[in-house]
Amino acid sequence: MAVKKNKIAIKDQPKHLLGIQNLSIAEAKGILEEAKTFIKLNRSASKKLELLRGKTQINLFFEPSTRTQSSFDLAGKRLGADVMTMNVTNSALKKGETLIDTAMTLNAMHPDIIVIRHQDSGAPNLLSQKVNCTVINAGDGRREHPTQALLDALTIINRKGKIEGLKIAICGDILHSRVARSNIYLMNMLGAEVNVIAPKTLMPKSIEKLGVKSFTDMKKGLDGCDIVMMLRLQNERMQGSFLPSKREYYEFYGLTSDKLKFANKDALIMHPGPMNRGVEIDTKLADDINVSLVKEQVELGVAVRMACLKIYCKK
Amino acid sequence: MTEKFLTNARIIDPSQKMDEKGSVIISENGKVKYIGKNVKKSDASSSAEVIDLKNNILIPGLVDMKAFVGEPGYEYKENFRTLSHAALAGGVTSIVTMPNTKPLIDNVSMVDFIIRRGRDKASVNLFPSATLTREIEGKQMTEFGLLSSKGIVGFTDVIKTVQSTETMSKIMDYASDIGVLIMQHVEDYELSKNGCINEGEVSTRLGLEGISYIAEKIIIERDLSLLSEFPCRYHINQISSKESLEVIRRNKENGLNFTVGVSINNLSLNENDIGDFKTFLKVSPPLRLEDDRLELVRGIKSGLIDVIVSDHTPEDEEGKRLPFAQAATGSIGIETLFPLALEMYHNESLPLEKIIETLTINPAKILKINKGSLKIGSDADMCIFDLDAPWIIKADLLKSKSKNTAVENRKVQGKVLMTFLNGELAFKSQ
Repeated sequence: MAVKKNKIAIKDQPKHLLGIQNLSIAEAKGILEEAKTFIKLNRSASKKLELLRGKTQINLFFEPSTRTQSSFDLAGKRLGADVMTMNVTNSALKKGETLIDTAMTLNAMHPDIIVIRHQDSGAPNLLSQKVNCTVINAGDGRREHPTQALLDALTIINRKGKIEGLKIAICGDILHSRVARSNIYLMNMLGAEVNVIAPKTLMPKSIEKLGVKSFTDMKKGLDGCDIVMMLRLQNERMQGSFLPSKREYYEFYGLTSDKLKFANKDALIMHPGPMNRGVEIDTKLADDINVSLVKEQVELGVAVRMACLKIYCKK
Repeated sequence: MTEKFLTNARIIDPSQKMDEKGSVIISENGKVKYIGKNVKKSDASSSAEVIDLKNNILIPGLVDMKAFVGEPGYEYKENFRTLSHAALAGGVTSIVTMPNTKPLIDNVSMVDFIIRRGRDKASVNLFPSATLTREIEGKQMTEFGLLSSKGIVGFTDVIKTVQSTETMSKIMDYASDIGVLIMQHVEDYELSKNGCINEGEVSTRLGLEGISYIAEKIIIERDLSLLSEFPCRYHINQISSKESLEVIRRNKENGLNFTVGVSINNLSLNENDIGDFKTFLKVSPPLRLEDDRLELVRGIKSGLIDVIVSDHTPEDEEGKRLPFAQAATGSIGIETLFPLALEMYHNESLPLEKIIETLTINPAKILKINKGSLKIGSDADMCIFDLDAPWIIKADLLKSKSKNTAVENRKVQGKVLMTFLNGELAFKSQ
């Protein structure tokens, strides 16, 4: 009897995209396959579909964001959903409303999808327990940013044809980076070998247990890599006790064409943006269309988010 | 009150190295009159009430050195009445109450209030502590002498650590002269800043800021270094890591005199239990690795750790239903303290006498209170329990006003059957 009840409960529960950690390989590949179909559409003159017509998507952003927010906004609209974006940074929170209160209020409006960005790790998980609709994580604290990792994977596949067997380096502020964590899980899952490179103060403890090799030396860490993912170094990290100076960081960890030579000859560069030119990456290198995939990442981001919305939105 | 004759018991009282089958006679004024294997029915008066304990175990009522009562200021979390009920159901008869109430217990008039209020509303023995520094700001010591004379058993800033080395050295210097007990929470804030769980694989996976074991170790090193200069009664409230234990071992071996506590949380859970952001397992000091947990258990066995506390910290649901980093810290525990401690007997990591010692005579000795023992003439505070009875912990059935237990649905073995306070039956399991 109890077993039967349980089965029904699982069936009724909408699926959420909370992190790469919760995905199976098949699910991850499914999203990427689906996304491929949207790349062409996004390049065509008529970009609008009606797949999500009548559906309501709420973008709930507790942290300022330009590219992720606009990407989700466009993705929803191109699929025909009604999209509302709420920037909660300066409204409800200041009035003392908790995440749960906000969630309950929004839930009463019967949305089909909530896309959430929050400064606290685990906030989307908490939200998903309290609402009836699908929750998609658009970045939580330093935990996960699953759609970023998926769009990175799609970008790599688009250029290199595959991920399996590649060697990927993730460099920079690993400690504070959700992008790094999601990418570690996804790239591992898809069969790549992952190196992380950071000064010791920006390297999380026990990171090797996530299935990576860790390096403090760019030369060693980049050796034999096909993809070099640079992370943003937030300016406030410079003020604290993490690093001595911008100059020293750039000297040892900033990506320049000289350092790129440690990687494979045909290595490509990625960056989740926004970039700090001259801090983590040489400005010319960032704009070099022969090696930099930055623009492509943004473009494919919309396709990936369309795929996620389509797959996860409750029918 | 009539005399009571409790018979057919296995009596374990580490204070008199007693572990034998026997009986206890409680006098008309609630004291232990006779105890042990040689006590016979004929030693009691003919009108004595006979209670057959059916071969269950009888021990001194437990002494919990660290529990938070909501009064004053946080009555919505817990009050004297609900705390008493929870304690008695857990076999606890004496509690050291924490002073981080609102207002704080940091002056003489507040002590008067808490003692009066406790006497009216509580049905357990309360031993109030006062704050170590005014406003728990870590700057100015409280009136140790005056407060002690009013009945304060120890001084602690509970969840806060005196960060200033200068202040701490003055506190210990002053305390060494008047003989008061300092109970320190050991945490360096610069190192633990914003941290909410152990720094390690779990914090990396969950993307939460971690607290390194160094934050705890460095304060212990500092305080013990000061202690060798200013020998006062110094107690470490709770430790959580094997590295801290190593510092303690070194100093105890060098002959330094101090005592150490550990929370039942750190003995029965590890960081993996936090799972997918279970905020009820957010405690301070944080849950650490299984290796640390095992080492803490060994620390009890070897005597490096003197007491086990419940670290009973009631929090309402609202405070816990938040993203992990924002959620309130702490778990209730006074009612589940003993059954969880008995796990270490059932899984053969500790002898039963050792567990009971850390919950009775050891804390009583540190506090210099006349509890935790059933020597003839002592107050007849007793706990009677079935060592093997299995049950499942359910928050809804616990007696605390707040239900934030870290061990929901845990299967435990060992059930408190009766608790006596001053010779009177104060709790009986249904």
